[in-house]
This record gives sequence, structure tokens and C-alpha cells, in this order.
Amino acid sequence: MSNLIKHNGIAADPWTLVSLPAPAEDTVRKQAGKVVIFKVTGEPAATQEQLQTAVIPATGNVIVPLTLWQARKDELASRAARGEIGIWLESYELLEHLLASVSDINSLPVIGINFPRFADGRGFSLAVQLRTRHHYRHELRAIGDVLRDQLYFMKRCGFDAFSLRADRSTEDALASLRDFSEPYQGSVDNPLPVWRRYPRVGHHALAHSKTEPTHDDEVD
Amino acid sequence: MYIYDDIDQRLIDERVAQYRDQTRRYLAGELTDDEYRPLRLQNGLYIQRHAPMLRIAVPYGLMNSRQLHKLADITRRYDKGYGHFSTRQNLQLNWPKLEDVPDILAELATVQMHAIQTSGSCIRAITTDQFAGIAPDEIIDPRPMIEILRQWSSFHPEFAGLPRKFKLAVSGSKQDRALVQAHDIGLEFYLDAASRLAIRVWVGGGLGRTPILGTVIREHLEWQHALTYCEAILRIYNLYGRRDNAYKARIKILVKALGAEEFARQVEAEWALHKDGPSTITQNEYDRVASFFTTNRHSTLTDQDASFEAAKIAEPSFAAWARRNVHGHKIPGYRAVTFSLKPTGIAPGDASSAQLDAMAELAERYSFGELRVSHEQNVILADVKLSDLHAVWQAACQHGLATPNIGLLTDIICCPGGDFCSLANAKSIPIATAIQKKFDDLDYLHDIGDIELNISGCMNSCGHHHVGHIGVLGVDKDGSEWYQITVGGQQGSNANIGKVIGPSFAAEEVPEVVAKLIETYIAERTAEEHFIDTFGRIGIAPFKNQVYAKEVA
Ligand code: SF4
Repeated sequence: MSNLIKHNGIAADPWTLVSLPAPAEDTVRKQAGKVVIFKVTGEPAATQEQLQTAVIPATGNVIVPLTLWQARKDELASRAARGEIGIWLESYELLEHLLASVSDINSLPVIGINFPRFADGRGFSLAVQLRTRHHYRHELRAIGDVLRDQLYFMKRCGFDAFSLRADRSTEDALASLRDFSEPYQGSVDNPLPVWRRYPRVGHHALAHSKTEPTHDDEVD
Repeated sequence: MYIYDDIDQRLIDERVAQYRDQTRRYLAGELTDDEYRPLRLQNGLYIQRHAPMLRIAVPYGLMNSRQLHKLADITRRYDKGYGHFSTRQNLQLNWPKLEDVPDILAELATVQMHAIQTSGSCIRAITTDQFAGIAPDEIIDPRPMIEILRQWSSFHPEFAGLPRKFKLAVSGSKQDRALVQAHDIGLEFYLDAASRLAIRVWVGGGLGRTPILGTVIREHLEWQHALTYCEAILRIYNLYGRRDNAYKARIKILVKALGAEEFARQVEAEWALHKDGPSTITQNEYDRVASFFTTNRHSTLTDQDASFEAAKIAEPSFAAWARRNVHGHKIPGYRAVTFSLKPTGIAPGDASSAQLDAMAELAERYSFGELRVSHEQNVILADVKLSDLHAVWQAACQHGLATPNIGLLTDIICCPGGDFCSLANAKSIPIATAIQKKFDDLDYLHDIGDIELNISGCMNSCGHHHVGHIGVLGVDKDGSEWYQITVGGQQGSNANIGKVIGPSFAAEEVPEVVAKLIETYIAERTAEEHFIDTFGRIGIAPFKNQVYAKEVA
């Protein structure tokens, strides 16, 4: 069965995810330190050779790493024009680099954001920026260490597709999307904070009243 | 105080259900230790030396009698009959069972309490001055803004996986008692040149391993933008804060690495996109929340009471208590009272179930049913009539809550340390007790006067040792427990990080070292000087010399 959750249901996955061979442990860690402090990506995690020899399925829809897309754009251009190419980012990569690599962010049918560890929350802010600052409208997919206890937060930040970690049940995870019925703060799924959604009452009135919604907002 | 409506209540009820299911999955082996850890931490549950420790939120230190009775009840049924008030203005249980925690949370939810985000890498409880709302030097009551921030930060989806913990403080008074300079974000209210309310935004302060006072990144922020501005700060931090090394992951390290100016530039650029957006606080919402804090309930009184004056003359011990444990109030005829949780021999901040109930009853009777927790780990009745002070004192005496030592040397701020905390280098409670025993002469204590002594069991600085006039820090030397002493730390508007006086000491030497520091002060002081003033005038050298002087044979 598919481990993809999309539009609040389990969905077949038409996309194939392309990954690069993992670089040596310590290179990554060192790099992560650099990235976060100096805000540069440093040396690429994969070598030029790895990028050139990585196997990309010849047909069908593929989501490729940003670095692979940057290295082999010419080869992928015609497929991209047909809507067969999506791009995924590491949590430490910069949105500026993604934006610089495409003429229109909305030409991408899908963008993936990798959660290397479920506790790495950078992906939440990347999603918020893609949706608010860069107005990305198509599928935004969480990949990597994606577990049910983070799904609700991911959804609020603008993800609409979740590739659940392979060893977990999508059925169980679906329930988590409804962990809270009425969050306090605005976010991508509903920018209105609760006090703009409902007429909440002050001290004098509280004891005697119930709060009723004024209008229906999309907060599923 | 703030009262939940259906929306608040539903959120915490749903939280209980969510956490109950997470715990069930953990106990059933569906969640690994690593997966469960951040989930329990964001709900205040640490696994400690002996047992789990549960940290219950007391937002901005304010609670009502019903809540405190409930806490007393919980300490009886789920713990060993006492609770511990921490320097984060919350209540910690030292002995709950992991599998009982969902039930404890369900109990708390019935009195509008929870343990949401009291630990973990997320936005933590937002703290302020314990005298908020009554302080004579108050510009604005900071609590409505904190309540707005509390709601905004609760389950904030974008900031559920920050590089590290994130603490905010809000100050609304002239004298900063909220430590805005020692927090990840400090919001300081002030009146601008046009007498309008503005916020000065401090960023990147923090104690811990690398103590740094914050820097101002925006001098003037209109209060309406508090949420959008904090959101911009947090977004930049969430994206670029270090995640490769937990010791370098706080926002202060990022601010330092980028430089405050560059950090501010990035925040401003991000903020520009969201300024005036839907999260801009409306006057309506502000007024709604403020209405909970501005109930007109005080009587009109004069600021004189004959029975109070007579009692002070008749009973010197009452007078001594009134001098230390009673504080000014902006409304005539009212005073704030501190129950000291620092009697000698009890871990600072600990209160028994019976004491919790007793304080709740006294609040009910004498102080509109409300209590406050201070970051000095004491409990306060904020609105007591002058004419009731004597009765409150008598009751406090009966329950061991009337030690007249507030602000004195024995009113020690102390973290749980090596007796409870698995991160500790050294014990801290026995050090506090030893110092209290050494200084058991009340007259001498009063003579020494205002002084703050803070103890932390490790670099995490939960005992705020850096900002204690005297700071004691547990360090590990080749596997044994040693203590480093700092002098001259200070909280408030003149915040300062204390200076290390020299090589560290063994546990049994610490009380004597403190005694020598005090002797130096007594010898050098002028008539009006407190310890910290003398230190400011003469510097560290005389203190150091006295402490390290070779014993004359
Ligand atoms: S300062 Fe260290 S020892 Fe003390 S409570 Fe904090 S982490 Fe534990």
C-alpha cells in the first residue's frame, strides 16, 4: 500500500523519489555547522562525479534533489517542460538557490522538503516561506523522517502531501491531522488567529456565554 | 486572571488525548525512546535520576486557589506529598510515574492547567515580574500581552522543532524585574517621547554555558506588531540557528555569529512581508484579554492602618517579617506578601501538600483567591489589606511559611541539582542548606541586608548563578564535585554577569567562602551600601584577597 498521504487521504504515488548516495557522516555534520552559521551551502554533499553518474529513471515522474537538478538541468529541461520533474530540498539548503534554478517556482508540480530527523524543524519554516513569501501553489511534500506526531504541524505550515516513513501505518497517521480542532494562531492553512475567527468574549461576559463561529473558515 | 473559554478548554482537552495516545504508543513499543523523548519533553516530562520529573506550567506565575488546591491534591495522590517551585515560575513534581502523567494532565485540565511546552526545543513559558499589575513603578501590566503571546506560542506549528529551547520575558515596569536581557527575546514596554506605549526588543540574552546579555535589535516597536515581529525573529532563528552542537544552538550564538546588526536586518526583511498581516494584534483583542486583569475589586482604603502599626510595636517578630516579606502596592491600603519557601533545611522552593492547601486557603480569604510564584521560588499573595497582614502572618507561622528572610542571604535561589537532576555536575540543595545553617542568626542576616545568592548544579544555570550577587556553580573535576564562586552578578536593569573569583572549592568549604565574602563587605561598606553596591565600588580584588588569603599560623 502507498505510504503517501495527500489531501487528507491515502493516495497512490505517481512520483519516484531520486536520492543521491549518502556522503560520509562527518562531512555532512561539518557542513551543517557551516551552513547554518554562515548561511552558505559549502561544498555540495555529493561530488560532481556522483551527480553526473546518479541514475535518473528515463521515463515517468521523478522528484530529484536540488543539487542534481542544478547539475543536470539541460538534460532534464524537456521533461521539466512536460511537468515530469519535481525538486526536493535538504533542510539546510536555501530557498534562494531553488528559486534561482527555475524561471517560475509554480512551474514545478511538486516540491519536496526533507526532514533528516523528525526533530529538525527547519522544514516547517521552509514550507511557510514557500507558501507565503514565494506563493508556491502546487504540491508541497514532506519526505524523510516523517512521523504522525508531526503531521498536524506540517499541514498547518503548508504541506499538503506526506511521504510517511515506510515502517509506519498511514491509516493511523491520518487521525493525527485532526489532533486539534481550533488552533490559537494563524499559519499557512488558515492565516487568521483565533480571535479573528471567532468573537471571543472578555471577563464580564465569559461566565454566561458560549462562543459561536461567525463564518466558516477552512481549517481542516 | 485569565479564564478559559470553550476554545481554550477544548485545546487542552485535545492535548490530553493526544498525549495519552502518544504515551500509550510508547508503552506499547510503537514509539522508540528517541521518538517519544521530544513528545514528552514538549509536555514537561523529563526522565531524571530517580524518576520522571513533570513540570507544570503556571503561566506568568499566576494561579488561583482552586488550581493550587488541585496541585496539592495531585502531589498527594501522584507524588510524595510535596511540590517544587522552580526558577521558571512553575511547579515541578519529582516523583510522578510516567504512565500516570496522562491522568495528571487530565486532572490539571479540569482547573485550566497544563504542562504544554514547559520543556523541549520550543517556545517555553513566558515569564515576567512577580509584581505585575500591582508594582508601584509599573508602566503597563504586562500580563495581557503575555497571555496573547502564550496563546500564539502554544502549539505554534512552525516552531515545534527549534534548534534549542526558546524563552521570552516581558517587562512592564521601570525597574526590570523580568530579566529581559537574559532571555532569547525580551520585550520591554516603555513610554515613547509621544507618551505612547512602545516595546524595546532585546534578543540573544541567555545564561547557561555562555552567559550573554541580550542586544536591542529594535528600539521602538508598536505593541500591535509583537506577534509578527517575534515570528520573524523565530523564523530566522529556526532556519539558521545551529543544529550540529546543542551547546551552540541558542539564538545568542546565531546573533553573535551574524552580528546583531545583520541579524536585525534579516529579521526586518522577513518582518516587512508579514507586518500588518492578520496576526497584527487588534485593540479589540488586546482589550478583551486585558479585561481579565483589570477587575475593579479593591476597596477604597487609606494607606494607614492603626492595628497594623500597633501589632508591629507589640510583636517584634511580626515587625521583622513585615520588614522583609511585605511589599509595596500601587493601591492604597494594600500590600503584597511573600510566603518564604526558604526555611533552613528544606530544599529552596519546596512546599508540602499541606502548605499548598494552606496558601490556597489564605489566598481565598485574604487576596481575591489568587497567588503568584516568583522566580526566586517563593509564593506571593498580591492583594492583602494592611489590616489583614497580622492574621496572614499568624497563619503563615503555623504552616512554616513565615521565615522573615525575603531578599536576605538565606533566601537562596537554587536548582534541584545532583539530588534530582541527571544533568548535574554537583549537588546544590545541600550547599544551600549548609549556607543557611551557617547564617542562622536573624539579626546578623538583617544586618547584612539585601543580597542574592544563587546556586546552579551545572552550566545549564537553572539556578541563575551568573546573575546572583554571589553565584555558586557546581563543576566536575575528575569526577568529583567542586564549586566555582562568582561575585557581582546582578539582575534587572543593571544586569551583569558575575565574575569568577578563582579556583573552585570543595562542598564543605563553600559556607566559609560565603562568610568571607560577607565579612569583606561588612568591613568595607558605607552606611547605605548593599553588598552589590560595595562590590560595584571596590571591585573584586578585596573579596578575592580575603577568600584566598593564606591562613596565618
Ligand atoms: S542547573 Fe544543571 S543541575 Fe541544576 S537543574 Fe539545571 S540542569 Fe539540573
